[in-house]
Amino acid sequence: MSANHDRANLLEVRGLTKIFGTLTACNHIDLNIAKGEIHALLGENGAGKSTLVKMLFGSLEPNSGEIFWNGQAVRITSPGVAKKLGIGMVFQHFSLFEALTAAENIALSLNDGSPISTIAAKARALSYSYGLPLDPESLVGDLSVGERQRIEIIRCLLQTPQLIILDEPTSVLTPQEADKLFETLERLRAEGKSILYISHRLEEVKRICDRATVLRHGKVVGHCNPRQETAASLARMMVGNEVKAVVRAPAEGIETAPALLEIRGLTRKPATPFAVPLKNINLAVRAGEVIGIAGVAGNGQGEFFESVSGEVLQQDSGSVRIRGKDAGALSITGRRLMGAAFVPEERLGHGAAPRMKLSENLLLSRHATDGKSFVGSGGMVKNASVYSAAQRIIAAMDVRKSAADPEAAALSGGNLQKFIVGRELDRKPSVMVVNQPTWGVDAGAAAHIRQALIELARSGSAVLVISQDLDELFELSDAIAVMHNGELSAPLPIAEATFERIGLLMGGAEPGHAEHSMETA
Amino acid sequence: MDITVNILLTIATAATPLLIAAIGELVVERSGVLNLGVEGMMIMGAVGGFGAGYLTGSPWIGLLAAIVVGALFSLLFAVMTLSLATNQVATGLSLTLLGLGLSGMIGTSFVGQPGVRLPNLDIPGLSSIPVVGKLIFGQDPLFYVSIALTAAVMWFLFRTRTGLTLRSIGDSHASAHALGIKVIHYRYLAVIFGGACAGLAGGHLSLVYTPQWVENMSAGRGWIALALVVFASWRPWRVLAGAYIFGAVWIGQLHAQAFGIPVPSQFLSSLPYLATIVVLVLISRNKRLTMMNTPASLGQPFVPDR
Repeated sequence: MSANHDRANLLEVRGLTKIFGTLTACNHIDLNIAKGEIHALLGENGAGKSTLVKMLFGSLEPNSGEIFWNGQAVRITSPGVAKKLGIGMVFQHFSLFEALTAAENIALSLNDGSPISTIAAKARALSYSYGLPLDPESLVGDLSVGERQRIEIIRCLLQTPQLIILDEPTSVLTPQEADKLFETLERLRAEGKSILYISHRLEEVKRICDRATVLRHGKVVGHCNPRQETAASLARMMVGNEVKAVVRAPAEGIETAPALLEIRGLTRKPATPFAVPLKNINLAVRAGEVIGIAGVAGNGQGEFFESVSGEVLQQDSGSVRIRGKDAGALSITGRRLMGAAFVPEERLGHGAAPRMKLSENLLLSRHATDGKSFVGSGGMVKNASVYSAAQRIIAAMDVRKSAADPEAAALSGGNLQKFIVGRELDRKPSVMVVNQPTWGVDAGAAAHIRQALIELARSGSAVLVISQDLDELFELSDAIAVMHNGELSAPLPIAEATFERIGLLMGGAEPGHAEHSMETA
Repeated sequence: MDITVNILLTIATAATPLLIAAIGELVVERSGVLNLGVEGMMIMGAVGGFGAGYLTGSPWIGLLAAIVVGALFSLLFAVMTLSLATNQVATGLSLTLLGLGLSGMIGTSFVGQPGVRLPNLDIPGLSSIPVVGKLIFGQDPLFYVSIALTAAVMWFLFRTRTGLTLRSIGDSHASAHALGIKVIHYRYLAVIFGGACAGLAGGHLSLVYTPQWVENMSAGRGWIALALVVFASWRPWRVLAGAYIFGAVWIGQLHAQAFGIPVPSQFLSSLPYLATIVVLVLISRNKRLTMMNTPASLGQPFVPDR
C-alpha cells in the first residue's frame, strides 16, 4: 500500500475518508503535494475542501486513509502535531481571539517563549516586507475581516512552516494587495516551501498555481495543470456543469427614477480608538440600479454599513433617507418596516445566530416585517409558516444542507450566505444594502447571489453593494463609488470605470484623498 | 487611635477570605469556566481545615487540609463539566448544595469543640511599632498570602505566556483548539486552582476568623466572591478593591448598629452589597475595557469536534 510514494512529495494523502453521520464529507481522497509547488484545491462549497484541510491540520480525525509526510506515515492527531511537522494554516474564520491584540494572537501560536514586544516587532517588520501592513498593538475585535486575515497570514509565516495551507486568502484584498501576496507566495515557493491554495478565484489559480486538485461532492474528480485550462473549464470541473455567467441587462430610465435610498452629509465620529470616522458622505441609489462601493478593508465600510442599516443611529435623522422619508433616527426594525433590507458582512454571529435553526434565524430578522404571516394572535409564533417560508428560501437559493432545518453554524459559508441573502430577497425589499455579498463563496453560489441582486434592482428596487471584490463590483454594478479613509467618492458610471481608475481611488490617489491610511506599497 | 487600628484590622480579616476565593474564581472564569460552586468548596475547606486542625492540634496542617479538600471538591466539578461536558451552571449549583450538606454532616461532631487558631505574624520590634506595626507586620498569615496571591495572579495573567494562553481559551475555546492549545488540560488546572483558593478561604474562616466549626459558617461569602469577580470585570486589582470595600462597609455598619444609629438594621446590613456594586459598576464604566476583559466563552461547554 505504502510502497510507491515518491520522495519528492512533501505530503501524500491516500484514501482519506471522513464521515459525519450519513454524509461522507471526504470520500477516499488522494492528494500529492510536491516540495516547492503551489497546489490549488478547488471545489464548490460543501465539496469537502474544509473537511480535508481540517484533517491535514489535525482539527479533525479521518475515519480511514493514510497521510505521508516526507515519505513517512504520520498520524496528525492535533493541530500541535501538524505545527510540529511544519504545516501552517491560514484559516478562513474562527481562529483569532477578539479580546486580544494582534501581537498576542501571534504570540499564542509561536511557542518560542520570546517576549510579546519582540514578536510584535518581528510581525510588524514581516508584515511590511510582504506588503501586508499590520499594527501589532491593535485589538482584533476592532479590525475588519481583511485586516484580520493579514494577522493570520503573518502569524503563519512567522512559524516558518514547510507547507502552508491558505484558505481563500485573497478574498478580502485589493488587486494590489493580492499581487503582493502572490509575490510572497512565489518567494516562498522559490525557498522550497509548498503551498496548498484554496480559492474560488479561478483566474488567480491559473496565474500562480502549478497543479490543481478538484473536489466535487467529497470526491476527487480530477487533477490538472491550471495553466493549461481555461477559467470556464476549471469551473466546469468544479461544478459538474457550466456556470451561468451573470447577465446584467441594461438599466433603463434610471436618471428619472426616484432615489429610494439617499445618504446626505452622513458624518460619524470614530466609536472606538481604532475605528474610522465617516466624513460627509453623500449618495443616492435610484430605483432600478445597483451601486457598488469599493475600498480596501478597514476604510470605513463597516461603519458606513452600520449607519445605513440602523445598527448605529444618526444624530441628524435626514442623513439617511429611505423612500423619501427620514430614517436616520430609526432602528433596524424601523428601517426594515420602510421597505429596506440589510445583509451584514459577518455571516455567523451577525447575519445569523450560529446555534439557531435556519427557520429561527428567518423569524429573528423578519418577525416585524412579516408579523402577520409569522406571528399569530397573542404573540405566538406560527412555526409551520416560518418553516415553510424557510424551505421556500432554501429551494429558491439552492441552499445545500445536511438536515431539513439545520443550525446556521452547520452550513458551509457559501450556503449560509445564500440563505441569508435569500431571506432578505424573499421579502422583495425596495432598498437592499449588502456588505460583502459573496465573501468566501464559490463561483456557482456567487453567480447565483449576484444574479439575484441584479434582478432585484431591475424589478424596481435600489441595491447598494459594499464589496472588496472588484470583479464582483464590475460584474453587477451600474456605477461604482470608492470609500477611502471614511470618505466616499462620487459614483463612476460603469462604462467609465476601469480597474486602474478604481484601484487608484482605493489607494487614495485622487485629490481630496491625500491622506494615506494604509500604504499598499 | 487604637480603635482605628482595630477597625482596620477587622476590615482586613473580613476582606481576606473574600479576596482569596474571588481571585481563585477569577482564574477559573478567565479560562472560560463558570464555577458557581465557590460557596460549596469554601464550606468544605472550612470543615476540612477545622477538622484537621482540631484532630492534629496544628493549624498549619488544618490550612493544608483546607486547600486539599477544596481542590479535590473542585475536581469533581472539573470531571463533570470538562470531561463529561455537563451544564456548568447546574453543576456548580449542585456543588454548592452538596458542599453545604456534606460539610454539615461531616462537622456534626465538631460543633462546639474548641478550634485552633493560626497565630498572627509577630516580628519582634517591627510588630510593636505604633499604628503601622500591627497593620503591616502583625496580621494573620493569610492576609499576606491574599495580597501576594492577587499580585501573582495579575502577573501570571498579564505578563506570562501561560497566562495569555489561559485568557485566549476564555475568549474563544474553538480558536484555541484550532491553534493546538490543550483547552481541557488548562481548564482542569484553572478549576483546581480555583478550588484550592476557595478551600483556603474556607480555612481562613474556621482557623482565623472564628476558630470553631459552625454549620453554614461561610454564610454566603462564596456568592459574594462570585459577584465580586463579575462586577470587577475580571480584573484582579478591582477584585481586591471590591473585597476591601465590602469588608469596610460590613465592619462599618456593624459598628453603626452597635452605636445605635436610628436606621433600620436591615438597611445597614444591605449596605455592603450596595456599596460594592455601586463602586465596581462605576469603575467598570469603560465599555471597551469591559469588552476586552470579559471571557467571551464563559460558561459554554467545550466539546472538540473529532
